[in-house]
Amino acid sequence: MTWTADQPIVSIQDVHKSFGDLEVLKGVSLQVMKGEVICIIGPSGSGKSTLIRCVNGLNDIQSGSITVLGQEVHDPKLDKLELRKKVGMVFQQYNLFPHKTALENVMMAPVLVLKQNKREVEGRARALMAKVRLHGKEGSYPGELSGGQQQRVAIARSLAMNPDVMLFDEVTAALDPETVKEVLVTIRELAEEGMTCILVTHEMGFAREVADHIYFTDRGVIVEHGPPATFFEEASDPRTREFLSQIL
Amino acid sequence: MEDFFRELAADAPRWNFIWMYDDRQQGKVLSGLWMTIKLSALCLVFSVLIGLVGAWMQGARSAGVRAVVQGYIQFFRNTPPLVQLLFFYFALGQFTPVMTGDDGWTVEPVISNVGWAIISLSFFAGAFNVEIFRAGIEAVPESMVEASESLGFSRLQSYIYVVLPLAFRVCLPALNNNLINLVKTTTQAYAIAVPELLYHSVSIWNDYPSAQYPTMLMLFTAYIVLVAILVFGMTRWERAMKIPGYGV
Repeated sequence: MTWTADQPIVSIQDVHKSFGDLEVLKGVSLQVMKGEVICIIGPSGSGKSTLIRCVNGLNDIQSGSITVLGQEVHDPKLDKLELRKKVGMVFQQYNLFPHKTALENVMMAPVLVLKQNKREVEGRARALMAKVRLHGKEGSYPGELSGGQQQRVAIARSLAMNPDVMLFDEVTAALDPETVKEVLVTIRELAEEGMTCILVTHEMGFAREVADHIYFTDRGVIVEHGPPATFFEEASDPRTREFLSQIL
Repeated sequence: MEDFFRELAADAPRWNFIWMYDDRQQGKVLSGLWMTIKLSALCLVFSVLIGLVGAWMQGARSAGVRAVVQGYIQFFRNTPPLVQLLFFYFALGQFTPVMTGDDGWTVEPVISNVGWAIISLSFFAGAFNVEIFRAGIEAVPESMVEASESLGFSRLQSYIYVVLPLAFRVCLPALNNNLINLVKTTTQAYAIAVPELLYHSVSIWNDYPSAQYPTMLMLFTAYIVLVAILVFGMTRWERAMKIPGYGV
């Protein structure tokens, strides 16, 4: 199946996922169009992170279907490497490689995985470092950077692969309020440039500002979803209202 | 200098440092020392390679492969290295092909006693190295593997470029210990007549009982110096690999 731009770039259909006896996702469906930014919010343990980890195949699923650019992610014949070139992922704990400098972290995947020319990649990596406002930190090791800086390196590292979709898994949850902002600014710029983003986040203000669509999950199902304006103002489900009242 | 030791031997009959003034005996010591160094260096390299490959195979999907590695470790770790040496040389040595010598009528085994010593000692130390590397690999957070996988690294790339460099730093102290032991265990090759330092030393004091004390003294000193050089090198290496802002 070839994908065309009028089809969802990520399509999740009735996905079920269990860890042992614990059913984490109980039939989740959602669609993301190219260039859309969607935020998944909800209480801890509601399956948000699991859901986006399923999108790039870090977790497998029991039933249902997830397609990225028309490719079935959980097709056993699928070349996972091909999938991961298209989907970038940023983690809560940054997960930078501590033995490589910031610049090397950004350069590694394009050089090793895409076999691109090292010189060319370096030029691009330096541009990406500047883009995430870390010019001058190229030679620093992750351990020498603050959490917010590390997270921006992690974003640059994912971008270096030129992904079609970016997944953000609670990327500001480990940061202090001040550094949260610098990371969110970076993500907002990406969104404005038209990058398709799926964010799991607890930053409601940010979600409201950048998201095209918001999904609220609880206990493994999507309880409610809608564009931010209607979602935040006119949430109808009591569970959503309770959650929002505690946060806003 | 030579005269001093000649006089000492005449004055104190138990302290005949014969290899200080007798060229023939000196030659034995030097060639023994050289053989010990060669044996140690080769076994060191091979045992580390065996450790790396073994630790990689331990993570294989196939249960058969993992069982083979486990069997190998159990056999070589739980039996005495001296018995292994004798077994390799006398039992396995019988089954290896022979080749005709330069003179056209003598036959020599393809694998000499030195060859068997290298094989046997490398496998012996390698079994420990597999476990040492495994410990280091297990100390690398799963999140590092996930990060590299989500960037499209293959399992091998993730092992070589991310897991191993981090694991190596964790297991260097333990690896150090095992390699020091290996240098000392090379003396057991004496049992299959490998002309290393102990072999020549014994032959010297068999010929000249008066040289027994000095030769033993020389043996101790030689191993202390050899191990000191190894430790010095490893410590330097450990320091060179230190990552700014990273614990180990």
